[in-house]
Amino acid sequence: MSKFEFTRRGLIKSGAAVGAGLAMPTILSRPAFSYTNEPKGGTVTLGFNVPQTGPYADEGNDELLAQTLAVEHLNGEGDGGCLATFSSKALKGNGILGKKVQFVTGDTQTKSDAARASAKSMIEKDGAIMINGGSSSGVAVAVQGLCQEAGVIFMAGLTHANDTTGKDRKANGFRHFFNAYMSGAALAPVLAKEMGADRRAYHLTADYNWGWTQEESIKASTEALGWETVNTVKTPLASTDFSSYIAPVINAGADVLVLNHYGGNMVNSLTNAIQFGLLDKAVNGKDFKIVVPLYSELMAAGAGDNIKGVLGSMNYNWQLENEGSKAFVKSFGEKHGRPPSNSAQTCYAQVLLYADACERAGTFNPCGVVEALEGFEFDGLGNGPTSYRKEDHQCFKDVLVVRGAQNPTTKFDTLEIVEITPVSQVTYPPNHPMFGGDEATLGKCNPGA
Amino acid sequence: MDAFFLQVLNGLDKGSAYALIALGLTLIFGTLGVVNFAHGALFMVGAFVAVTLQRVLNLSIVTLDPDKKDFLGNPLQIQTPYVEAWFGEAAGQAIINWSVPLAILAAIPIMLLIGYVMERGLIRHFYKRPHADQILVTFGLAIVMQEIVKAIFGANPIQTPAPDVLAGVWNLGAWLGLSLPYPSWRIVYFVFAAIIISGVFAFLQFTTFGMVVRAGMADRETVGLLGINIDRRFTLMFGVAAAVAGLAGVMYTPINPPNYHWGMDFLVLSFVVVVVGGMGSLPGAVLAGFLLGILESFASTTWATTTVPGINQIIIYLVAIIILLARPRGLMGRKGVMEE
Repeated sequence: MSKFEFTRRGLIKSGAAVGAGLAMPTILSRPAFSYTNEPKGGTVTLGFNVPQTGPYADEGNDELLAQTLAVEHLNGEGDGGCLATFSSKALKGNGILGKKVQFVTGDTQTKSDAARASAKSMIEKDGAIMINGGSSSGVAVAVQGLCQEAGVIFMAGLTHANDTTGKDRKANGFRHFFNAYMSGAALAPVLAKEMGADRRAYHLTADYNWGWTQEESIKASTEALGWETVNTVKTPLASTDFSSYIAPVINAGADVLVLNHYGGNMVNSLTNAIQFGLLDKAVNGKDFKIVVPLYSELMAAGAGDNIKGVLGSMNYNWQLENEGSKAFVKSFGEKHGRPPSNSAQTCYAQVLLYADACERAGTFNPCGVVEALEGFEFDGLGNGPTSYRKEDHQCFKDVLVVRGAQNPTTKFDTLEIVEITPVSQVTYPPNHPMFGGDEATLGKCNPGA
Repeated sequence: MDAFFLQVLNGLDKGSAYALIALGLTLIFGTLGVVNFAHGALFMVGAFVAVTLQRVLNLSIVTLDPDKKDFLGNPLQIQTPYVEAWFGEAAGQAIINWSVPLAILAAIPIMLLIGYVMERGLIRHFYKRPHADQILVTFGLAIVMQEIVKAIFGANPIQTPAPDVLAGVWNLGAWLGLSLPYPSWRIVYFVFAAIIISGVFAFLQFTTFGMVVRAGMADRETVGLLGINIDRRFTLMFGVAAAVAGLAGVMYTPINPPNYHWGMDFLVLSFVVVVVGGMGSLPGAVLAGFLLGILESFASTTWATTTVPGINQIIIYLVAIIILLARPRGLMGRKGVMEE
């Protein structure tokens, strides 16, 4: 006859075994993968984080109009826009994975802390599963970091600094917009053709992260042509009158002024440069020229006649003739009475790309979406053939070199496309020194939850 | 040498704007004892009077041109401004081209009215309240004004060019054998500022009204005891100060395209100018405006920024600290002002 001995150790062992046995059904019944803000019910929520106040509020408004249009098209409303031209046919106009798309908005105020707070609120309170939008690289890097920690996807809006997909790249973040390196690579051959290889450039650069990376990129590209950089001067972001910075250019022996400015800075510095008659001068036996490496339609409108003849680059322009562009311009133009800006187009494309990736992956799980987007090649969203590079989540596509039109026929065609620079010319290795070198990594996808 | 003179001109130009705003601020402080943080917003509102007039003059008759297409392929809308239709193409274009100088005529009554309404409607209720309350309410008012302007005109800068004849470059050094190409409108602005400043001083110095105001600034109670309604005169001076700020804004629009944030951009600097010049001192405000404008201009040169990085961003505050340490009442401050 066996004897049952009741010991303390035996009790603990038995208790653990019974506990594990009781818990087993619960463990087995949990979904195989769970993730932040997994949609329950018939809807899925996207978060559009754009500047609704502050200096880029107009740009943010344009982004929001495009994002709203994208949601309409995803839900089968309106004329469908680029759903008909998109090379991927996964989107059917019935939402995403059968769930109706709804959205919430946040105000970045073009401030990193405010942008993070509004994105956090949309993720934690509103259940947003993807964040899209923004008009500043500082904001993009900050929100991208937050999304990585929170386990949601970040589809960047207008962000041009190399760092976004360079040293600050993240597995959960994707950039459709081009970058400063691409601007330099696209502009250089056109500058050489139009201005020659023997030029002396003077840079005025906005004193923050984006300005520095743009100056570095343009300087490298132009010096590779044989240009000499006479001087690089940093200007405070809060500057309104650039006359004190323009005056020294006159006596510096430079024959090209590169304005690494954006937004109000660009409008003011270009206006001041024109006031001082720089474009009417001849220096070193050559006509003086001004280059604005990053253009936007809204800034061009602000600069007015001053942009005539001034070269720059863009991610997209509504005058592109491909089918995707025509469909988007028609859809946006009929609704809002004007063509879309390039910040609107990048946000529209990003929302559709996210939705398409969910459809192809068959899940909203961020890691599934990341896998679907990495290396994805597509067409029909307005930029021509495009691909999302796996190593840094940067989109590669043709880049536009544009010039302020001499004789615009309407207030919308103030910029004319000078050249469509092929993607091969703006491609660089993922470990390029300007993009963080070998140390830059995406890290691991974070599904959160 | 050329570069030196160019920076002096730049400094005088910036100083003109600072001096005009600071002059109004000092007038209000000296007469009513109010620290008006909405004064920068009045400068911005003046600029948008010019923008509004430009838009009004560009109101157009719209016709369709079936031979030309818009971006959607529809017949192109051709816009002909009413002023061209009424006065002929050449005269109409000339009127539009001179919209900024014409805006001066519109800005004077508008800004006087805005100043009067501001003072009677809001600020007079805060005369006997602490300066902190005045700052809070006027700062709040400034934010309200800029948000209204943004809601109407958007956040982007709006080009408001000078008349063609004044949009070029004048070589000021031609007589001296120097090369001093300088934007003609900036010279116009400096001359305009000099006229306005002289006008305000002449008004205070040589008119009976001005004499009473100066007496009120020195001893309000005694002037009141003489049976003079000094409050009414001070209210009018508030309107004059608003008009000076507004005119400064109108004339500044061709220099930099105006945007809704202009008021805030100039406000802090203008207060530094007032403090450096001496609270309540009109000549001090003008002197400090030009002095700090020139210093800021030289601090932005390549030589200065490479020798002391960041000097362009701190120079005004650095000089303000030094001056206030040496002369606590500012350059021309009077004893007893803001010291109780």
